[in-house]
Amino acid sequence: MPETAMPETIEKISVTLKVNGKEYQRLVEPRMLLVEFLREELDLTGTHVGCDTTYCGACTVLMNGASVKSCTTFAVQADGAELLTVEGLAHNGELHPIQKAFGDAYGLQCGYCTPGLLISTYQLLEHNTSPNEKDIRKAIAGNTCRCTGYQNIFKAIQLAADNRKGA
Amino acid sequence: MYPRSFHYHRAKSLQEAAAMLAQLGDQAKLLAGGQSLIPLMKLRFANPAHLVDLNFIAGTSYIHSEAGVGEGGYSETGVSEGGVLRFGALTRHAEIENSALAATVPILHDCAAGIADVQIRNRGTIGGSLAEADPSGDWACVLSTLSTEVRCLGASSPERVIPLSEFILDAYTSALQPDELVSEVMVKIPVKGSGGAYLAFKRSAPVYPTASAAVQLTMEGDRCTDVAIALGCVGLTAIKAKDAEAALRGQTLNDKALAAAGEAASAAAEPQDDMRGSADYKRALVGALVKRAIAIAARRAHGEQVEVSHIYA
Ligand SMILES: Cc1cc2nc3c(=O)[nH]c(=O)nc-3n(C[C@H](O)[C@H](O)[C@H](O)COP(=O)(O)OP(=O)(O)OC[C@H]3O[C@@H](n4cnc5c(N)ncnc54)[C@H](O)[C@@H]3O)c2cc1C
Ligand code: FES
Ligand code: FES
Repeated sequence: MPETAMPETIEKISVTLKVNGKEYQRLVEPRMLLVEFLREELDLTGTHVGCDTTYCGACTVLMNGASVKSCTTFAVQADGAELLTVEGLAHNGELHPIQKAFGDAYGLQCGYCTPGLLISTYQLLEHNTSPNEKDIRKAIAGNTCRCTGYQNIFKAIQLAADNRKGA
Repeated sequence: MYPRSFHYHRAKSLQEAAAMLAQLGDQAKLLAGGQSLIPLMKLRFANPAHLVDLNFIAGTSYIHSEAGVGEGGYSETGVSEGGVLRFGALTRHAEIENSALAATVPILHDCAAGIADVQIRNRGTIGGSLAEADPSGDWACVLSTLSTEVRCLGASSPERVIPLSEFILDAYTSALQPDELVSEVMVKIPVKGSGGAYLAFKRSAPVYPTASAAVQLTMEGDRCTDVAIALGCVGLTAIKAKDAEAALRGQTLNDKALAAAGEAASAAAEPQDDMRGSADYKRALVGALVKRAIAIAARRAHGEQVEVSHIYA
């Protein structure tokens, strides 16, 4: 099919999923990416689009417990899934300990990359309660930050891990 | 960025997925981890009219070990000598990275743990990686140093098992028929006294390597009795470095043998200038990687635990 041809009618697909504990159901075009679904359909704009080419990780969300780049996942693939986005971290108006640690350690500047980094940190600490330097580097290798130079992000993650152990 | 519109089909079994391919014709593509296909679709380099999603098929993501025929008992690692590791086509890179069973063949862990980043490893699959046959794909390079077979399931043909060397034909070209898919990847567990290592040189995590080297060798004392060497990202497919292997086989692994193998590997490479580096640079790089990988593989063959990771620029 030439690139210019108008596509025939595409059947929309029903997607039912839980985001941050709340159930949603929507009818979507198959080509809708998960990040657009979250931002446009559910108004959850905390998940960012940075590169849109699977590089930067600004769009990272947790899908069934595994971090994924939501710019490289179709919304239809999240049918039946449980998602965690940055909006789901705080509880009753209280920031999540990981968010607090990022604040306390100055782990952000402009904040564009932060939602993705918070989710990557969440994923790391779920599986590893005492990450060493190498573990942390590996865990955030898929998240680009153009401001901080990573040192404070690194400290924030260390702090979050330490606080969690102390708690 | 939105890809072109496509019709979405969710297969309930691999058989059904193959049947869908047969029915929908060449405008259809399978969707596994999507970590190669979705970026291509977003850039509109790939514009399939139909996507057949494999992700909702139960039981396609697994790592099993199977005892070797005629071999007795399992070793303390739970893996049998002469046995086979079976990977379901949709087994994610991350599952292999975190599998104690896969780690009994250390080169498999080296590979899985070094692909891209956490998020991409959580989605990308071993079956998708082989089917894509990307010249820079890590699995094809690593698995070509082991005895690997690919199980293919077709809608109209009987199931067939193809050696990896006959599965990948060219860059982005596999031996799959239009209505065939990969159902399983089978890797023979190397014999005792065999060790392997995979080293890739990368500019950052979420990019393909600039060059990489996979080495699997068998040692008797300090003599190398058997060896397989493959070079990644320096040709249209992974390159088996036959002369480099010959430089080691039957030899004591000293500096001279390593240097000869490195030189032979550089000579075997067919790199191209691109944004990752000049051809000359990659040629030199791959030789150095081979030497390092040989040294680590030999230590592992002697039972030493050596942790390696990809090398970043
Ligand atoms: C930023 C980035 C960096 C990356 N870096 C690396 C890297 O360093 N090393 C590396 O090896 N890979 C890398 N990858 C690729 C990644 O490993 C992919 O996951 C992999 O190449 C393809 O697997 P997939 O499951 O995502 O396949 P998909 O993208 O879903 O599919 C790829 C192709 O294979 C076909 N296909 C999929 N499954 C099957 C099957 N079972 N049978 C037949 N055909 C099938 C599809 O139709 C499609 O044509 C990177 C990807 C990105 C986006
Ligand atoms: S926006 Fe998804 S990886 Fe950059
Ligand atoms: S804080 Fe600005 S990109 Fe990370």
